[in-house]
Amino acid sequence: MNASLSTSTIGGGAGESLRHESAILQVGGTARYADDMPEPAGTLHAAFGVSAHAHARIKRIDLSGVRAYPGVVDVLTYADIPGDNNYGGIKHDDPLLAETLLEYQGQPIFLVLAETHHAARRAARRASIEVEVLPAILSIEDALDQQSFIAPTRTLTQGDAAAAIRQAPHRITGRTRCGGQDHFYLEGQIAFAFPEEEGHVRVLSSTQHPTEVQHIVAHALGCASHRVQVECRRMGGGFGGKESQPALLAALAAIAALKTGRAVKLRLDRDDDMVITGKRHPFLFDYEVGFDYTGRILGANFMLASNCGYSSDLSGPVNDRAICHVDNAYFLEHISIRNFQCKTHTVSNTAFRGFGGPQGMFVIEHAIDCIARQLGLDALDVRRVNYYGNGSAGTTPIGAVAQADRNRTPYGQTIEDNILLPITRELEASSDYRARRVALKAQNAASPIIKRGLALTPVKFGISFNATHFNQAGALVNLYSDGSVLLNHGGTEMGQGLHTKVVQVVARELGIAIEQVRVTATDTSKVPNTSATAASSGSDLNGMAAKDACRQLKARLAAHVARLWSVNPDAVQFAGGMVSAGSHTMQFAELAHKAWFARISLSAQGFYSTPKIHWDRAKLQGRPFYYFAYGVACTQVAVDTLTGEMRIERADILHDAGTSLNPALDIGQVEGGFIQGAGWLTSEELCWDAKGRLTTHAPSTYKIPTAADVPAIFKVKLVESRPNVEDTIYRSKAVGEPPLMLALSVYHAIRDAVASVADYRAAPQLDAPATPEAILNAVEGLRTASTNVSLT
Amino acid sequence: MDAHYKLRIMRPEHTALYSVGSMDSQPVRFILNGRLVSAAGVDPHVSLLQYLREELRLTGSKEGCAEGDCGACTVVMGELDHLAGSGRVGLKPINACIRQLPTLDGKAIFTVEGLTAGNGSLHPVQQALADGHGSQCGFCTPGFVMSLFALYKNTPQPTRQQAIEALSGNLCRCTGYRPILDAAQAMLAIKAPVDDAASLDAWLREKAASAEALPHAGERALAAALAAISRSDDFSYESDAVTFHAPRSIASFSRLAQAHLEAWILAGGTDVGLWINKALQSARTILYTGAVRGLDTIEEKANRVEIGAAVTLEDAFHALNRHYPEFAHVWLRFASVPIRSSGTLGGNIANGSPIGDAMPLLIALGSEVVLRLGDATRTLPLEDLYLDYKKQARAPGEWVERVRIPRRAAGIALAAYKNAKRNEQDISAVCFAIALQREGTAVRSARISLGGMAGIPKRARLTEAALTGKPWNERTVRAAMAAMAEDFQPLSDMRATAGYRLRVAQNLLLRFFHETSSAPAGGAAASGASIETRVL
Repeated sequence: MNASLSTSTIGGGAGESLRHESAILQVGGTARYADDMPEPAGTLHAAFGVSAHAHARIKRIDLSGVRAYPGVVDVLTYADIPGDNNYGGIKHDDPLLAETLLEYQGQPIFLVLAETHHAARRAARRASIEVEVLPAILSIEDALDQQSFIAPTRTLTQGDAAAAIRQAPHRITGRTRCGGQDHFYLEGQIAFAFPEEEGHVRVLSSTQHPTEVQHIVAHALGCASHRVQVECRRMGGGFGGKESQPALLAALAAIAALKTGRAVKLRLDRDDDMVITGKRHPFLFDYEVGFDYTGRILGANFMLASNCGYSSDLSGPVNDRAICHVDNAYFLEHISIRNFQCKTHTVSNTAFRGFGGPQGMFVIEHAIDCIARQLGLDALDVRRVNYYGNGSAGTTPIGAVAQADRNRTPYGQTIEDNILLPITRELEASSDYRARRVALKAQNAASPIIKRGLALTPVKFGISFNATHFNQAGALVNLYSDGSVLLNHGGTEMGQGLHTKVVQVVARELGIAIEQVRVTATDTSKVPNTSATAASSGSDLNGMAAKDACRQLKARLAAHVARLWSVNPDAVQFAGGMVSAGSHTMQFAELAHKAWFARISLSAQGFYSTPKIHWDRAKLQGRPFYYFAYGVACTQVAVDTLTGEMRIERADILHDAGTSLNPALDIGQVEGGFIQGAGWLTSEELCWDAKGRLTTHAPSTYKIPTAADVPAIFKVKLVESRPNVEDTIYRSKAVGEPPLMLALSVYHAIRDAVASVADYRAAPQLDAPATPEAILNAVEGLRTASTNVSLT
Repeated sequence: MDAHYKLRIMRPEHTALYSVGSMDSQPVRFILNGRLVSAAGVDPHVSLLQYLREELRLTGSKEGCAEGDCGACTVVMGELDHLAGSGRVGLKPINACIRQLPTLDGKAIFTVEGLTAGNGSLHPVQQALADGHGSQCGFCTPGFVMSLFALYKNTPQPTRQQAIEALSGNLCRCTGYRPILDAAQAMLAIKAPVDDAASLDAWLREKAASAEALPHAGERALAAALAAISRSDDFSYESDAVTFHAPRSIASFSRLAQAHLEAWILAGGTDVGLWINKALQSARTILYTGAVRGLDTIEEKANRVEIGAAVTLEDAFHALNRHYPEFAHVWLRFASVPIRSSGTLGGNIANGSPIGDAMPLLIALGSEVVLRLGDATRTLPLEDLYLDYKKQARAPGEWVERVRIPRRAAGIALAAYKNAKRNEQDISAVCFAIALQREGTAVRSARISLGGMAGIPKRARLTEAALTGKPWNERTVRAAMAAMAEDFQPLSDMRATAGYRLRVAQNLLLRFFHETSSAPAGGAAASGASIETRVL
């Protein structure tokens, strides 16, 4: 046993780097995922029959070939759904199975149930479906032209952007875009449903949101929620892709299980998963920015148009978060943001780590890079002069507000915890940014083919669900009379180490060893009405709920032992596996037994709701975020100007996890998020053909980073000695999403390398993802034309 | 010492641990985690992964993509390695998801379940990953464990670069790989569990020892067990109305190929696996090249190297590298270690994909392919095998027996470049190979061949002509680059547009020029140091 596992305390300063609670099972292949669970006799396997068209109306459907295929037991269509034919969590616009209208290629139409997975998949291709093909809207531009939206257009303004831009001495305008991203969780979507007595159903779902799965299954069955039990021990990755979408599989598996009376497993093949399920939203941006000669932004006008796909799903909240992250680290006194939520005939895009935040930041960082090129300044200096709270670096800002006031976000929240300037300074020094910039410039001048680029970019990411009501959590802590503890909480484990952290919280609160605390599957029958494990909030919410449960238990135990010892309950301490007060001591386990004998409840349900936050969605104003998480990254790349191929040579990262609950797990989130973000911005390109068919639907064509893409020099550190100013669980900070956006430094290092071919004076025409082809186009574009930025 | 951890080699006549299905044809026999498995009544299309997970309920190996691209299903295959010596067992990682069960007849397979001792002790590979925070969601982890296990056995002190190469076939979406790479270098410092003299680990550890070391009893035991289940006669296996033939001789194979024109010819399964798993196709008859004696040989002849159709890509590139080290760049970017350890050079050639990476290299070298129809053979320049997209100069029943690669010509300059969206394990947008002979300052001859530029692997004849007889300078090269636009009208697809493909192909000729001439671009005099031309 690892020595660190035998010590249970979390230090007063920082948490311990305990390994993942499932690490031993995972390396041994004994950690069980939904597809690994023993199958009851007679288990049926399900597969979808899907739309071959992006937009069409079904005229005639003949499933006799499907039914006749050997091994097929049943075929379900929408007519077999007893309740709501919907899995949209916010709006009712996501049919489980299409009725007559088909709105994307890959949309499920029917579900085959067969004796084997392979028979089901083969049979699903035997349908004969006659359709009337309708004109499809496939791009953001087409949707804008045709005013095809899933929700009304919104505008957020602060100050007078138009006037500020008009009066500014310098101006840029431009258009850019960033692509979508497939989650590529290694474990594809799966649900495994078991029919129980009395129309009750139990579903093993690979989901970040068991409660929503429970509700949607119940609605689809037309029954009350108490008839549906949803469990998830762990997911093989989620990244947002298992927030809203697992309900589709779970609802149909549950319907099929109750209809046939047999267990039903619905597991998507990888290609089916990629075609059927939604991805990160691609965005198109227009920007117009006025600024002074230091690069300080005086006024900015942004247009954000997202491709939401055919339905709403979580697109509204994703776009809210994009709007709330257009500012990233920067004070924007005069700003106007217009947001279009485009409806297209493609898969419905959904949550993905960062949830619109990366896209919002993308456009401001892009604009700042263009400003720096136009002024011939180092982009880092332009970033710093625009930082929130920084009123001194600029010299003659027009109409500038006092430094103290440069902390108000466009959505009305005042930033109270900004640490960007000190951590930027620290990384600038530790990465040797300035000297390397000089050296690389000289090196590039002598290297006609290979060009190197460098960028240091900040991240400020708001923590909490924008929608206030999601910011709540529950936990169940059961203490058994032998002193062992079983923990359940509303959060789900997708690899991020949430269960490990919450176990650490419980062990610390009760003063017992980690081994005395066991966490089991997230289960809607144990902790009800939970929120999605999303928005990086897992440990903030569930850690606090578990702490609350522990405090209740401790109060009961302390009261009991205080009576036995005739001491004040406040004097009772829980530490080192012991309970003590003055000279009295007792083993924790002994007290548990005594308390049980004295008929004291040893089970506690904890609860937490995040304080201080509020959000007016109509006005886009409020304090949506309890606090912010910060980070900075400095990345160097080498670009081959003959082919556009690129390598990340070095990355230095300094990331803010407050007082980390578990530094090893947090470093894992930072590194993994950074590489995943680098994939989004470089090699991960989603392609659709002219008919709206996804052509990159497998790892053979869709390229997430491999081990060879890790920078040779990769220095990742957590910010030290800066506890969260808010009263979070032991003053830690959420860490799931923010590091992904550190990868903007990769994209900007590429831009820097490309800019070198025109002596850094012009902004490359480079969108994301920066594939080799995009990079080569940008290089050649700069070599033939001097600039794409209009100088005013 | 827990008994489970000990190597249990059973003689095949002993009762099989697992015996599934009817016995009306010869069963497939292989050694799984040290124990004999005898499988019958399983459709020959069934993959090893399906068999492990669905029949044996060994669910440690995962399905992440079912096409050999993610590595979650990676297992390690052991087979007698006659080249290394008598009693030696070669170990390599393969993708279980695209490996058809009957091809494992006579092999040993190790899965993640086989590494953990019965008492729960972890193998050093597992320990290093767990200690180093190398797993997050854990779904990819068993595959990484097995790729690292192969590295542990085959590479005594892996460098960072060797670890990266060994993991080229394993995708992780959580960790960002750094902790896994650290574990790859930390694992050798971790002690294996004590008293492992007879353990699985001990006999495999011997793989890492020098060739002079006495063969360890463990490896010898496995070799003996493999020898005991090896067959000398043709093996046929039938189930679900599908017949799998694994003939032992070229003559026998050729007869079957002539008799079953509709049969699938199966080698490493790295493409056929996708026909089954993705296109959902099936065959009535499958002819397996992997057991044919004489197809698994690499022969160094006076003027050429001959590589049999069943030689794996990894072994073939190893041989090629001895003569043409300039091609190592493409070798190491060609698919992944598990794919190269299963897929064959013959399969790559016979499949003839326009984006297969071996053909441009072989064509640039002037290689020939030996085709066999029944007892008759004929030899073609490799480029003449390919007529048009999915059309070859092979008669029905005619098959690719071997490829002949000429030995290195004196004074030849060579390069091969692979261009793709991702550094590793990606299909080429463009694969470029060139062999150039100079006479003084002039080009005597040039052979240039490209993949990804047409419906077939194709020579750039007009480009070659524009170089031949001309002085080797940038002006000539620029003219040849212009000629390349006449050689090719590439397609646009999800990998790249036609315009990009052509520009890259042209620029790669320019890169080759820079790498073979002393003057940097722009014509400035070289100051001794050559210019940097590659990031990968």
